[in-house]
Amino acid sequence: MYDFRTGIQDWMGAGLPTEGTNAERPRLVHVVRRNVPTCGLGERLGDVRDRVVAAGWEACVVVGDARVVLGLLRARELQGDPRLPVERVMRPGPSTFRPFVTVEEMRRTMTDRDLASSPVTTADGRLVGVVLRADVVHG
Amino acid sequence: MAQEIDREGVRRLIEEGAQVLDVLPARDYGEDHLPGAINLPIRRIEADARRVLDRARPIVVYCADSA
Repeated sequence: MYDFRTGIQDWMGAGLPTEGTNAERPRLVHVVRRNVPTCGLGERLGDVRDRVVAAGWEACVVVGDARVVLGLLRARELQGDPRLPVERVMRPGPSTFRPFVTVEEMRRTMTDRDLASSPVTTADGRLVGVVLRADVVHG
Repeated sequence: MAQEIDREGVRRLIEEGAQVLDVLPARDYGEDHLPGAINLPIRRIEADARRVLDRARPIVVYCADSA
């Protein structure tokens, strides 16, 4: 007897196939952008902003050890005082979503909450990537 | 005592012909389940396990997650 402890959510979060009425629905794991810029709590905001702009993004995820999500820097936060550390400016504890969530459900959530972007994480809070509203509206 | 197994281990056992047991409610099972999984909700395990499962083959049990 074997116990697959992390369960079907782990399986779906890895993009593995399932059977059932939801099986063919696209999930966040299929549209998540894994190349989102990241930064640490102690970094200077101005340095982070330069890096984010150079990468062509308008958001940055603040991560700690093992890429655990700690906060978010969206456009408004990135325009803050460049001398400040990220920790003083970021939006702490953002809402996060799991890779197995369907695109359809995420579209509703992002519309209802007027979200431009949202971090996607594992069940233990480690960053997988970011979903943009455009990814789920057109997905 | 059940042995804990990860995703890759499950894939390997499925290839080797293991039985996969989904203990979630039938509605959840109908929406998504691992390929080839049998549905036996927890409240029915005691009554139906012997009838449904082949004890000669490995059995992988799963739920939604580790919570």
